[in-house]
Amino acid sequence: MTDEATPVERPLSPHLQIYRPQITSISSILTRITGNGLIVGFVLGIWWLLAAAAGPEYFGFVNGIATSWFGDLVFTLSLLALWYHYLAGLRHLYWDAGHGLDIETAEMLGWACVMGSVLLTVITLFLV
Amino acid sequence: MRYLTDRKRAVGKGASGTGTDHHWYMTVSAVGLAVMFPTFLIVFGRALGRDHAGVLETFASPFVAILSALVLVIGLQHFRKGAETLIEDYMRGMNRKFAIVFVITFTYFLMATGLYALARMAL
Repeated sequence: MTDEATPVERPLSPHLQIYRPQITSISSILTRITGNGLIVGFVLGIWWLLAAAAGPEYFGFVNGIATSWFGDLVFTLSLLALWYHYLAGLRHLYWDAGHGLDIETAEMLGWACVMGSVLLTVITLFLV
Repeated sequence: MRYLTDRKRAVGKGASGTGTDHHWYMTVSAVGLAVMFPTFLIVFGRALGRDHAGVLETFASPFVAILSALVLVIGLQHFRKGAETLIEDYMRGMNRKFAIVFVITFTYFLMATGLYALARMAL
C-alpha cells in the first residue's frame, strides 16, 4: 500500500484506448460487468424473498415492484447477465485446463458466449 | 531470529500473500454454481409471478429451500471475491479499504437476510 506517495516518472505502456476493440477483450470486460452487475438482481430477489417470508401485505407491495416493468427489466437483464457470466466462466475453466488458448479458438469462444447467452436467455424465458 | 528463509516464506504466495487461494475458490464455486444455477433459475422464475400462497408453497419444499440457500451463500461469496478483485484493480488507498469493507459487509447482510427469509418459509 504505497499509494499516493511520491509519483515517479515511468514510461507508460499503451493501455486500452490504444487498441481496437476485439472480441477477446470485449468478452473479458463483459464478464466483469455482468458478474458485478448481477448484484442488482440478487438484491431485488432477496428483498422479494424477505417480503414473502414477512407476510401477505408486505409481499403484495414488493411483489408489485418485482413483477412490474421495472422488475421484469431487472430480472430479464440479470438473466442475460447470468447466462453470459455462466458461459464465460465455463470458458475460463476450459482455459485453466490449458485448452482453447490459440487466437482462433479464443475468438470463437468469445462469440459463443455472446450468442449463447442470448439463446439461453430466450430458452429460460420460455421455460418459466 | 527468523528461522524461515525469505524464499521459503515467498514460495506459493505471490503478491496477494495468499497464493492461489482466491483463484481456486473462484474455480470451485464456479463449478458448484454452474451445476446448481440452471435448476434454480427455473424454480425461481416459476415462483416469481405466483401469488403469496404459491410462493410459500414453492419455498416450503426442502429441495428448493436447500438449493436456494446454497445458490445464495455460494453465489454471494463468489460475488464478494469477484467484486473485491474489481476494487483492487481500480481503487487505491483508503478508498480501496472502505470499498472492500463495504462489499464484504453488504454481502454478509444480503446472505443473512436471504437465509432468514428462506428459513422462515421452509420451517
